[in-house]
Amino acid sequence: MADERLKAIGALLARQGILVAFVIFMIGFALLNDRFLAVDNVLGVVRSSAILGVMAIGVTFVVISGNLDLSVGSMMSFSTIVVLDLHDKIGPELAIPAMFLMTMALGAFIGVLVGYFKLNSLIVTLGMLSAIHGLTLTYSGGKNMDIADKEGTWFSVIGQSSILGIPVPILVFVGLAALLAMLLSKTPFGRKVYAVGGNGVAATFSGIRRPRVVLATYLISSFCVAVAGLLQASRSMGSQNTVGQGLELEVLAAVILGGASLLGGSGTVFKTVIGVLILGFIQNGLLLVGLEFYVQYVVTWLIIILAVWLDIAAKRGRLLSPIA
Amino acid sequence: MNTSNRAKLIKRGAIWGFIVLELIFFSVAGSFLSLSETRFMDLDNMLLLLKQSAPIGIIALGMTVIMINGNIDLSVGAVFALCAIVMLDSQTWPIFAGLSETAIIPFAWGAALLTGMALGAINGLIVWKTGVDAFIVTLGAMLGYRGLVFMYNGEQPTFLLNWTLVDMIETSVFGLEVPALVLLGMTFLIWFMMTRTVHGRNAYAVGDNREAAVNAGIRVGPHMLLNFILIGFLTALSSIVFYSASGSVNPNDGSLYELWAITAVVLGGTKLTGGSGSVINTLGGVIAIQLLRKGLGHIGADTETVNLVIGLILIAVLFLDRQLNIKGKGELRT
Amino acid sequence: MSTQSPALRLEGIVKIFPGVRALDGVSFEVQPGEVHALLGENGAGKSTLMKVLAGMHQPNEGRIFIEGQQVTMRSPLEAKAKGVVLIHQELSLAEEMSVAENIYLGELPRKRFGLVDRKALLDKAGSILKRLNCGFGPDATVSDLSIANKQMVEIARALTVDAKAVVFDEPTASLTDAEKVVLFDIIRDLRERGVGIVYISHRMEEIFTISDRISVLRDGSYRGTLVTSETDEDEVTQLMIGRSLDLTRNHAHAEFGGVALEVRDLSCDSLFRDVSFQVRSGEVVGFYGLVGAGRTEIAETLFGLRTPSGGAIYLEGKEVSITSPVQAIENGISLVPENRKEQGLVLGMNCRDNMTLPQVGDLTAGPFVSDGAEVAIFDLYRDKLEIKTPSWRQLVGNLSGGNQQKIVIGKWLSMHPKVLIVDEPTRGIDVGSKSEIHNLIRDLAKQGYAVIVISSEMPEVLHVSDRIIAMYHGRIMREFTSEEVTEDNLVQAISGISTNGDKAA
Repeated sequence: MADERLKAIGALLARQGILVAFVIFMIGFALLNDRFLAVDNVLGVVRSSAILGVMAIGVTFVVISGNLDLSVGSMMSFSTIVVLDLHDKIGPELAIPAMFLMTMALGAFIGVLVGYFKLNSLIVTLGMLSAIHGLTLTYSGGKNMDIADKEGTWFSVIGQSSILGIPVPILVFVGLAALLAMLLSKTPFGRKVYAVGGNGVAATFSGIRRPRVVLATYLISSFCVAVAGLLQASRSMGSQNTVGQGLELEVLAAVILGGASLLGGSGTVFKTVIGVLILGFIQNGLLLVGLEFYVQYVVTWLIIILAVWLDIAAKRGRLLSPIA
Repeated sequence: MNTSNRAKLIKRGAIWGFIVLELIFFSVAGSFLSLSETRFMDLDNMLLLLKQSAPIGIIALGMTVIMINGNIDLSVGAVFALCAIVMLDSQTWPIFAGLSETAIIPFAWGAALLTGMALGAINGLIVWKTGVDAFIVTLGAMLGYRGLVFMYNGEQPTFLLNWTLVDMIETSVFGLEVPALVLLGMTFLIWFMMTRTVHGRNAYAVGDNREAAVNAGIRVGPHMLLNFILIGFLTALSSIVFYSASGSVNPNDGSLYELWAITAVVLGGTKLTGGSGSVINTLGGVIAIQLLRKGLGHIGADTETVNLVIGLILIAVLFLDRQLNIKGKGELRT
Repeated sequence: MSTQSPALRLEGIVKIFPGVRALDGVSFEVQPGEVHALLGENGAGKSTLMKVLAGMHQPNEGRIFIEGQQVTMRSPLEAKAKGVVLIHQELSLAEEMSVAENIYLGELPRKRFGLVDRKALLDKAGSILKRLNCGFGPDATVSDLSIANKQMVEIARALTVDAKAVVFDEPTASLTDAEKVVLFDIIRDLRERGVGIVYISHRMEEIFTISDRISVLRDGSYRGTLVTSETDEDEVTQLMIGRSLDLTRNHAHAEFGGVALEVRDLSCDSLFRDVSFQVRSGEVVGFYGLVGAGRTEIAETLFGLRTPSGGAIYLEGKEVSITSPVQAIENGISLVPENRKEQGLVLGMNCRDNMTLPQVGDLTAGPFVSDGAEVAIFDLYRDKLEIKTPSWRQLVGNLSGGNQQKIVIGKWLSMHPKVLIVDEPTRGIDVGSKSEIHNLIRDLAKQGYAVIVISSEMPEVLHVSDRIIAMYHGRIMREFTSEEVTEDNLVQAISGISTNGDKAA
């Protein structure tokens, strides 16, 4: 009986462990520093997490369907550069939809390769990481991209203004998270994403068009990347070619921290958001207690491994792996 | 039986065929466009190419072993940078204060190699003991080790020029400089290990059918640990041949090296799922990438297009491999 | 029995897994030079016992003796060193490596410095292969071998040590008849060398061909040992399931409706050729044949998972083209697949979501899935099929095999198909649920469904079918009505012998 109860607690921790860790973590930092939970600090953290967060939500769909997306970092550089360039050429009203179209075309390309041609997503998106990086450099000629007339455009509204005291990037982040959370958890499409990731063969045997679902997850992912690129471009009004470099792995870290299994079939938008916030608040909390920004890397490393370890340890019922 | 053998042969030789194609294409295109004075297939040019392939190449050898084992290592870029810092900085450590510029070299190298092996061992131990997938463990380590790089010297570059060291690395034998020699030498050694030693054969067995390997009494945990130590060692070695001459390391150095190394390994035909692959073909993959870089420069293409071309080639390789393996239209579609 | 000590003896073996007593005091022995069959239904504890024998599990209680000496075996390697070798059902070979390396996996002969002694490796492996009369060399790559030859490699492994006992786990599951003959020769050869053989199988005819004695397990406990020459199938079955399973022939004369499905000259590459048959509403048609005869492939083609290379499919008289499962479902064809866990269910999903998966797109209120509609469907079929689960929230992976199969069947019944194809309906299911599922299939036919049952178990096919189609090498050999079929003519048909005694081309 005691065993059963222990198992139940273990299972609960495994399911909600990330929330528990988050709460403990927040209380800890709040005790260490009284500015930590101040409204402006919290808003600041969420705002600076918004770009990573938006991308992580998109990648969550891809990961739940059992694939990976390592291309989101260089794809984000691409959208940022494209929208900045087009802004001066055709104006923001046309630049934004044009950029979304181009970014999602890249997503569609990946989705067709992984979904319809069943190529390994790790390698395809690894190749696309490189290819899109090259595409961006070719597009820009390797130069930084800047908006010429920074005062005479409304473009900065998206990344820099606030509504009712809440920065727009936060509203975008929260709004998109809510929308996509509904899509994933409440609609037939969401159910199919879980089925495809949980057991793709069984999904096909149940009449689910797997290629179409996979394509859709990459379209969602690239849509989110386009949103992130837009936020980035509007915040900085100018950018290097490498602005998104390395983000693909940070995004993946957030998704994994949120408890999505790389094997597919599990994870939620809400948990990914928690994963993103944990990363954001770790960074912020460590800075507030006077540590350098890079200490967060080490802490993130430890937290990711602990989180995944405890998750699988709870599932197998023992702490250490049985590998001899 | 015959067709499957032929398919295997084609696969095995594919990367070298591709290299020959590249050579022909760039030579012809180069002389046709007559953009450059020099011939592309110049001996010096080729020797230089081998030297330039060395840093990624040496890491890719270790990555091949790790991937044959069915694992992956995303932390090599950060390990590369950290080993470089240790090698350069250790020459100013008080315990080595009495040593001359020459005498200190083995200690600096030793420190770097130990660092690489220790970082590899940490990854290997975590993979072994926790049972967390190597992808996640090394993804975390990629961040964590990069944090250690920054903690060492903040955002400042670490700088130290030891002229004896520079001379040593730039020594050449038969026109091959030390980095190229190390690349070729290590390729041979790792090839020998993978084909002739018990450890190497076990590496294939573990990646091919892990359960069978466990049942046959191969101790999979320590076996994988050794391979992670090996890739740490090779990454440190790569760092040594690169930074001994350059003498300066930025905390962001080595970013994306993991992806380049994996690209080379996959181009060389090693399967992501483990169990098959060859370090000789990985060398081919490394050379093919470097040729492409140089070749595109040679025919006057923007260097920026290199990334684009390599990415697309990687996908094309995967696509062809997939098409070759389709059995017929009656195949089960799931 | 001889007076010498048995090759292998188990005494009071108990193995407890969390919540289950998988083995409850099992005792069992094999004499040198004896083939001892181990029988039991799925879940009776055969595979657990086998893993205990091979050192993969440690028993909680009990003792193991090899040639009279008590031993403990902490790993498969240790078991092998002590002379007990397991021939796996699911082959455990490294496919990309050579035969020799597989034979000596984990124990490659060494020279100095950790080098492999390749000459010794090839010589030793070569001589073992010669002993087995294998048609391939030690340097062949395993992935190039047929399944039967792969099994030879596993058997060769057993000969690298001085094996006292060899455990065969369902060795004939994927062998052709000819290959089976070769395997039995090798087993007899081992027997003559004085090796004790444990032969695990559920195929009665094989057990009566090869074994000297038969021991039976039921629900994790030992039920007795019979001498093969002094017993018959009925007695063994009684012992195995505790009662006689009702597998009487189906002689009910049901009223059939019109032709629901007709297939004309359907072919698919080399998998099956020129297959023609009809299924009427209210009729159960059984497909019987060996593994690889093309039965499952026909089902997969009808369900749109394979592209036929010729022929036509008619549903209620109209020709249809089916190129995807979606089209199959729209046309009223449903498939309960052969492999429940890999093809039938998303194990990490709950019962309700699994059941409503094919129609989740239609169960909506606005843009969202309607919870109420889903639960209503689940409740309906849970009651209809008597699925035992605490709640719809239960993960399917936690249910028993029988209940899992009912979820898959419920999934398709809720789509109201015209034609229901059930591939291996009772594979891996305990006896009690087996007859429930048989009854269910008969009931469905009575309700007017056209049902196709594919099975490798002859009693099952005879029990549920109104008509039986026998297949051999991708062709239909013969069709039988339930009146004319006998076990003999059925066996002949699936072995490629046509009624006039000619071997088919």
